[in-house]
Amino acid sequence: MSIDLATAGGVTLALAPELVLTAWCLIVMLAIAWRHEGEADQRLAAWLSLLGLASTALAVAWLWVGEARPAGLAGAMALDPFRYLSALVFLGGAALTVLLSLGYLGRERIRAPEYYLLILLATLGMLFMGGGADLVVIFLGLELMSVPVYVLAGVNRRSVVGAEAALKYFLLGAFASGFLLYGIALVYGATGTTNLALIGAQASGFGLATNPMALIGLALLLVGFGFKVAAVPFHMWTPDVYDGAPTPITGFMAAAVKAAGFAALVRMLLQAFGGAPAWHEAVWWLAAVTMVAGNLMALAQRALKRLLAYSSIAHAGYLLVAVTSGNEEGAAAFLFYALAYTLMTVGAFAVLAAAGRDGERDVLVEDLNGLASRRPWIAAGMTVFLLSLLGFPGTAGFIGKWYILSSAVEAHQYLLAVVLVLASVISAGFYLPPIMAMYMQPEPSPEAHRGTVLAGAPRLVVALVAAALLVLGVWPNLALDAARDGGAGLRTAVTYTLAR
Amino acid sequence: MLLGPALAVSAILFSIGVGGVLLRRNAIVIFMSVELMLNAVNLTFVALSQQLGPQGQVIVFFVMAVAAAEAAVGLAIMLAIFRHRETVDIEAFSVLRG
Repeated sequence: MSIDLATAGGVTLALAPELVLTAWCLIVMLAIAWRHEGEADQRLAAWLSLLGLASTALAVAWLWVGEARPAGLAGAMALDPFRYLSALVFLGGAALTVLLSLGYLGRERIRAPEYYLLILLATLGMLFMGGGADLVVIFLGLELMSVPVYVLAGVNRRSVVGAEAALKYFLLGAFASGFLLYGIALVYGATGTTNLALIGAQASGFGLATNPMALIGLALLLVGFGFKVAAVPFHMWTPDVYDGAPTPITGFMAAAVKAAGFAALVRMLLQAFGGAPAWHEAVWWLAAVTMVAGNLMALAQRALKRLLAYSSIAHAGYLLVAVTSGNEEGAAAFLFYALAYTLMTVGAFAVLAAAGRDGERDVLVEDLNGLASRRPWIAAGMTVFLLSLLGFPGTAGFIGKWYILSSAVEAHQYLLAVVLVLASVISAGFYLPPIMAMYMQPEPSPEAHRGTVLAGAPRLVVALVAAALLVLGVWPNLALDAARDGGAGLRTAVTYTLAR
Repeated sequence: MLLGPALAVSAILFSIGVGGVLLRRNAIVIFMSVELMLNAVNLTFVALSQQLGPQGQVIVFFVMAVAAAEAAVGLAIMLAIFRHRETVDIEAFSVLRG
């Protein structure tokens, strides 16, 4: 189906997923304005949010199946499989977070009906980040995603650490937005446009690669995105914020928020700056330093939540390798890894939320001792998630990493591929001890794991995610084909513009 | 107004903002420095749109709206932390350090 973006009807069709989600945000807002008294009302908001996410996913699927293509000039929103696939990843991550929060909010006695509304709003921002074909749209999407997440980090108003995490996240996030925005201003000054495709056309034709204003703008954009995706050396806020936020929100931040930042980064670098190779070397160093430093710092952690925070920094490095490749295989590898990474991160944080009873700040590795004998299924699930994060064969993490490696080799980035493999070897040093603690250590006391229970929705999340990771690990064809489709979509947008 | 001096002034303002964020210890002053950064960017957009057409001026309105939203949320977060700690000095927030 061909959509004419010059007409109001065409724009409405092209924005169908965002409009559906906006409508559901309003519905949830009205619902919680009327009913915000007890536990039951909070559950109502959660189920409404899930409905909203599901109908948005249907709208995305409708555009995808209808093969929507822009007729005439491409507008501020892209219509390509990259947008649809990344949108489905964000919606899935948000839905898993909502399911996970159902039990968590009740247990921690957090009374905040707006919690689910904020998740929906942040997801709406992610949709704009994954689909924005204009720097201004990407910036607005980033803010629409970030501002609700600042609030979510501090949603537990009784917790001092939560408030500190929210403040740190807010100050660093606003700081990063300043850099990003200045970068946009300078790129606008150098090219006279903020449209990615039009910038891309100038990058190859008009010597943008040597224009100092455009290069400084690009550097500032990289700094801004570096903060948002927590790449070393812009990662200082990550462990503190992930540690202080409520566990389901930490999972949301580590998975969906990070994937959204990367989706916007990939689209920006490939479509707008594909013809300006200056960023390759900068991102190369970011990727190498992030992988090595993230994994080394994770080795020193004993608390599981901080361990997973540093591990998420390391995974940002793996994703940056896919970005560095700068080809459509890289974009496809990014999409597949984003899917696998979202699943395994949400799963690991789901188990962590179950293992940490009230005020779950300090679940240490030793606290998992003997979990397998008391709760074999939870231990099995956690093992799948950790092995997948490690990249063990048979799990989705392995396929994802292998695909990133092959995209790096395709782009002749051999040294970076070697660094990735070595960093993964280091990561075995902190992913395996929790598994050994669960299976090889005796239970400290018969009471130790009595409180570790997964019931209802969180149990469903862990079971679903573990099954999905194993299925993707042995039969990834469907997801890989979709990811290749998405990666190729980015390339067509570029050639399309150049041909005009 | 000349383009060069306007860009230079906004670059200087932006640098002052960055310096403020990195050097000051009071959360509200840090936030003011961030606002200074955003307004420096606004000045850049307005100066550039003299030559490049009205799009830059439109972006300034977006940035102002975003800055207002950030201010509302940020000050609420600072209020929340002040209720726990009676201070907004970031040196005092050490529960999560390191």
